[in-house]
Amino acid sequence: MTKVTEKKQDVTILFAGDSGDGMQLTGSLFTDTTALYGNDVSTFPNFPAEIRAPQGTVAGVSGFKLHFASMDIFTPGDEVDVLVSMNAAALKANLDQLKPGGTIIANITGFDKKNLRLAKYEDGENPLLDKSLDKYRVIELDISKMTREALVDSGLGTKEIDRCKNMFVLGFLFWMYNRPLENTIKFIQAKFAKKEAIRDANVKSLKAGYYFGDTNETFTSRYEVESAHLPSGEYRNIMGNQATALGVIVAAKKARLDLFYGSYPITPASDILHELARHKNFGVKTFQAEDEIAAVCAAIGASYGGALGVTASSGPGIALKGEAIGLAIMLELPLLIINVQRGGPSTGLPTKTEQSDLFQAIYGRNGEAPMVVVSASSPSDCFETVIEAARISIEHMVPVMYLSDGFIANGSEPWRFPSADSIDAIKPRKADPSKYTEQDYLPYKRNADLVREWAVPGMDGLQHRVGGLEKENETGNVSYDAHNHELMVKLRQEKVNLVAEAIPEQTLDQGEASGKVLVLGWGSSYGAIKTAVRELIADGHSVSHAHIRYMNPFPKNLGSLMQQFDKVIIPEINNGQLVHIINAQYEVRAIPFNKVQGMPFTSREIKERLAEELNG
Amino acid sequence: MTTQVPEYKAKDFATDQDVRWCPGCGDYSILKQMQAVMADAGIRKEDTVFVSGIGCSSRFPYYMDTYGIHSIHGRATAVASGLKASRPDLNVWVITGDGDSLSIGGNHLIHLLRRNFDLNILMFNNEIYGLTKGQYSPTSPKGQVTKSTPMGSLDFPFNPAALALGASSTFVARSMDRDPKHMREILAAASNHKGTSFVEVYQNCNVFNDGAFATFTEKATKTETTIVLEEGQPLVFGQESDKGIRLNGMKPEIVSLADFSKEDLWIHDSKDLGKAMLLTRMFDDPSDENALPRPFGIMYQEDRYCYEDAMNDQLDKALEIKGEGDLDQLIRGTNTWVVD
Repeated sequence: MTKVTEKKQDVTILFAGDSGDGMQLTGSLFTDTTALYGNDVSTFPNFPAEIRAPQGTVAGVSGFKLHFASMDIFTPGDEVDVLVSMNAAALKANLDQLKPGGTIIANITGFDKKNLRLAKYEDGENPLLDKSLDKYRVIELDISKMTREALVDSGLGTKEIDRCKNMFVLGFLFWMYNRPLENTIKFIQAKFAKKEAIRDANVKSLKAGYYFGDTNETFTSRYEVESAHLPSGEYRNIMGNQATALGVIVAAKKARLDLFYGSYPITPASDILHELARHKNFGVKTFQAEDEIAAVCAAIGASYGGALGVTASSGPGIALKGEAIGLAIMLELPLLIINVQRGGPSTGLPTKTEQSDLFQAIYGRNGEAPMVVVSASSPSDCFETVIEAARISIEHMVPVMYLSDGFIANGSEPWRFPSADSIDAIKPRKADPSKYTEQDYLPYKRNADLVREWAVPGMDGLQHRVGGLEKENETGNVSYDAHNHELMVKLRQEKVNLVAEAIPEQTLDQGEASGKVLVLGWGSSYGAIKTAVRELIADGHSVSHAHIRYMNPFPKNLGSLMQQFDKVIIPEINNGQLVHIINAQYEVRAIPFNKVQGMPFTSREIKERLAEELNG
Repeated sequence: MTTQVPEYKAKDFATDQDVRWCPGCGDYSILKQMQAVMADAGIRKEDTVFVSGIGCSSRFPYYMDTYGIHSIHGRATAVASGLKASRPDLNVWVITGDGDSLSIGGNHLIHLLRRNFDLNILMFNNEIYGLTKGQYSPTSPKGQVTKSTPMGSLDFPFNPAALALGASSTFVARSMDRDPKHMREILAAASNHKGTSFVEVYQNCNVFNDGAFATFTEKATKTETTIVLEEGQPLVFGQESDKGIRLNGMKPEIVSLADFSKEDLWIHDSKDLGKAMLLTRMFDDPSDENALPRPFGIMYQEDRYCYEDAMNDQLDKALEIKGEGDLDQLIRGTNTWVVD
């Protein structure tokens, strides 16, 4: 029979199942294939904090959301078109995200009595049998059974066979969205190169899912999401943590410095360590320290020795590093501190996203301890932003805090990557021993930007002592002099202020240079704001969007830029941090718009809030 | 570093900074010996870095005309680890105290010891917090009355040498500020050891804990309370060198040389881990009856790979397998597509 293909502009799929069901892999593989096909893609994995929460429970549900489109998109999608539910808990945990009229693909084995009970449905209640799902299109598949049947001759045990059921689902979705299997088959073959039986079973299961869609007469329509008209060039898919790691390597190479990365495992930053550890042939030294404090201290030691010292963590770990970061501020050495933010305070929500460490970044140390802070706005933006962070740190001899968050760290998007040549060299301020005699070298003598020179052990005649005690201006000797202390406090502050002279001015992402409402964003809410503002502009509203990368110091023109608008509104995934800083520094009364649910904004939420301001 | 090493004198290692320890502090003696050892070490002062934490002893780097970092409390060992990992060519010394290394910095100390970076730790043990003016430290004996323990300390003290050995240190030694000659020998041996050397120095704080080690350092008592270890030599001590330590199975016991010959005694072998464990455990309160004498000298040393060398080996191996990293390839990754 003929099957109809329906065209769609964009589709959001949420793969949800038990944390052992392989949903993250399934989602990533769909992403790779559809990106290769030319769609714009944005993804958002959402996993439980527990590695293996009790099977079948809502706590154990792992999800991978992906939004792909024939146009350019900036978010992983607000509402879901297709919800793949490997069990009852997966449906229960995610049903509120499904569009009215959306599709549920339910694995009916996952809706048996035991699974319903584990998902805490009332005794006798089954959403597949009652009318509660009537406003959706429900496709019931016995995925477990069909996978077992397809693999009956595989020679594998039931447990191993059951692990292939995610490939069946993936195959079925590839059929539904008209995507080829080759890329995934290639992946499976490489991954299980040495485990033939498992390799063959996964490929067979994938194909079985695809053929099932193709031959089963109940499925009459397929969907086509044409390739997007992205700017021409070569693309790859990239996750934020990966982009951060690559950026760090590039920055070190562009500065001709050795790279030392000291880190302690923490969610969601650990993947940066994993990625860097794979690239030792770039001279990358990764050091898994005994704790967060050792990680940053080791990085400081490396910087003192003339390398680019880098450390990374998330909020709780950054708190532990605070004292050492203060030391780096006193030492005036390069140090890159990466904070992949998560929900706080304390241990908070390790696997959920939040933008609540801005105060910590800017203010979170004892004493007058000014810190340069930059923030990345999307998975691919992590690359350029972390290079900027390293550039400032190296060229200005200051520690720099680079903020990312769980959302962009684990999210992915297509990236039109640059060539290495197109990235500017970074120029370390290393001292030149030939310019000094042993007597006239002053470790804290500064240039016009108030930057001191970087004299590293081994340099002839430049031996000197640095430390956390207050320094005498220029000589760097310990000094308790009252006026000297005040001078040094002001010098360190002014040095950070002067970074504003070296960074680009703030530009508008979209909209007119003046008007009714300016949306001032930072960090990972970029995509949701951009989408909302684009739609509002298309509807004829006077709204513009500026997104800040340089959080401290701010670009010089930020104040005058904001003054061109009647209202400034600042959406943040926190309780109001940037808005507080903006209102303290500028003559504006910026309006906060906050969400603190461990989840990113949807563009609809922002659009609705902006509409209130625009119409009000 | 290719530059030739000049002929140094000890005073070449002094800086223009006034030394600000209290008059009579044991630290002066340690500084003097260190300057002498460095002058003889055959290493350029530009290639030497002293790293310290916080405490009286941690002012040390300001008084050595080398590179130096006076870091934060307890973290010198961590700073030094990163420095040595990125710069294996440097001669690195960690200067720390009993509070700095065993209390706030205890964690970094044990991890540095097991990793065995090729650097030296000099731990000034004065059994007191001096810089904060006299609180008990993790090495203060139980019952010690200090400002923070008016009824006596409840803490059972650390045995630093046993702790170091337990953390798989590859060089464990003990010396004292009152015996400059011995200290100089031990510092030179630590400097020569490839791996992390842990040297505990009994150091008198004449302001807050005067005489804490008097029984080990004063002429009248030291011959009975201490035993100076010499490689390959029997463990002999006593006013008249008339006593020795014999191993009765696993148990060290004091014997009289009137009853035993030197051949019957425990012969010091610093490479013997089992014996080293017993030596570091010779930690009796000297006022106890039948207290074993406290050993001074190199209790243990072993050859084991150093972290920074293994790290560099991995880098070399990665280069061999993958070739020199290419930035464009790194940025491209493996899966790309072209949009026209």
